[in-house]
Amino acid sequence: MTILRDIAALLTGMWTTWKHLFRRPVTIQYPEEKRTPPPRYRARIVLTRDPDGGERCVACYLCSAACPVDCIAMQAGEMDNGRRYAEWFRINFSRCIFCGLCAEACPTYAIQMTPDFEMCERDLMHLIAEKEDLLIDGCGKSSDYNFYHHAGIGITQPRGHGLEETAPVDVRGLLP
Amino acid sequence: MFPGYDLIDIAILIVKIALVFAVILTLAAYLVYIERRVLGWIQDRKGPNRVGPLGLLQPLADAIKLLTKEDFRSQGADKWLFYLAPAMSAIPAMLMFAVIPFGAPVTLWGRPVPLQVSDLNAGLLLFLGLSSIAVYGVAIGGWASNSKYALLGSIRGLSQLISYELSMGLSLVPVVMLARSFRLSDIVAAQSGCWFVVYQPLAFLLFLISIVAECKRIPFDLPEAESELVAGFHTEYSGMRFGMFFMGEYVNIIVLGGLAATFFLGGWQGPWLPPMVWFSLKVLGFAFFLIWMRGTLPRLRYDQLMHLGWKVLIPLALVNILVTGWFLLLKGAI
Repeated sequence: MTILRDIAALLTGMWTTWKHLFRRPVTIQYPEEKRTPPPRYRARIVLTRDPDGGERCVACYLCSAACPVDCIAMQAGEMDNGRRYAEWFRINFSRCIFCGLCAEACPTYAIQMTPDFEMCERDLMHLIAEKEDLLIDGCGKSSDYNFYHHAGIGITQPRGHGLEETAPVDVRGLLP
Repeated sequence: MFPGYDLIDIAILIVKIALVFAVILTLAAYLVYIERRVLGWIQDRKGPNRVGPLGLLQPLADAIKLLTKEDFRSQGADKWLFYLAPAMSAIPAMLMFAVIPFGAPVTLWGRPVPLQVSDLNAGLLLFLGLSSIAVYGVAIGGWASNSKYALLGSIRGLSQLISYELSMGLSLVPVVMLARSFRLSDIVAAQSGCWFVVYQPLAFLLFLISIVAECKRIPFDLPEAESELVAGFHTEYSGMRFGMFFMGEYVNIIVLGGLAATFFLGGWQGPWLPPMVWFSLKVLGFAFFLIWMRGTLPRLRYDQLMHLGWKVLIPLALVNILVTGWFLLLKGAI
């Protein structure tokens, strides 16, 4: 009897929707109710500082090379002690797709993504962030990492004083 | 002026008409709101809740939006028919309510006042006739738009409405046989002992299916199938003309709900609660049933629709008439 089966199918459907009628809506009413995004949520990009308070960014251009939409631009400069920094650093958030490739590419953990996603603006030009807008005072996700303690040999510390570095070998002493 | 009527009778009639008009139009507007809320709950959403407390002013906002929209007419459209069609779909729907008794007769200033705009002795026939006229709104609206989607929608609408009117009319014949009257107040009075849905469950089912098709509601919404025909026969309409089609549709739901209640569910009769409350409960129950069904069922295919109408509903209705007549004859009621 296909007709009985059909009627049973109809009633099953009606029963399903009846149950859903009394279920709590899944809607989050955004401006009033806000959910906390997970800590690794990819939203607003920041430039972090190392634990000593110096800028982490060494203006290596890896983030702007990795960026698929070319929204990162910068100009590298060099301090008196030979340490590199960004003279200016600009992210055009109206182009950014928040893919996170810049943060992945960064060798110094300088550029990082934060869960702050509320960045609507009426004027497009307000979405262009300069270095002073991007730079934060904290260390971001890697609180104790300092690039120049691991690398930058001969510039910020003498040879053999890096953290994972062994003292230089006296090549003449190895001669047979 | 009118023999047999004095001025007070006419005044009461005008007040009744104004009240019915106001209540029906408000209810139709709020039915849209109720539909959107209930559909939202069925789909685990909240539905409109922004305008006013709980979104209760949403119909007002919709009306303002519709009234201030551009009154658009597509190129090559037949101007007069195009402007006439929305009215032709909304007005018959409202006129149908004239014959529905929505409450027990009351006595005002010593004179009996039936809570019914007009107690016609051919009320049922008037309803059938007006529901046939409502077909013109669909047909002309689609034809005059000069658009292929609108035309396809109106062709579907025409064939669907005509087919299902047959089974609707046939399913009402046993009711008339039981009540022995076309007058709707007599039909209600005949159900004072037992509702006709108990005697005539099959006729009730057939009538229910037919009026869902008459309302052009899911699962019979082929004339305005969004996924295939944009919006069917009212594709080219904008602003309040579209609103008139919509209003006609929702007034139709109220009216057909009222008629289902009158023919099968005892009209305004019911225990404990006052008659008008019972009537509104039955009408709103029908409206809820339609919304619930809209949240559940998919649309029928065109050939399935015709198959159901002609090969299932009409033969069943005819058999039902024969069986009812046979029983009445056996009981010696004829």
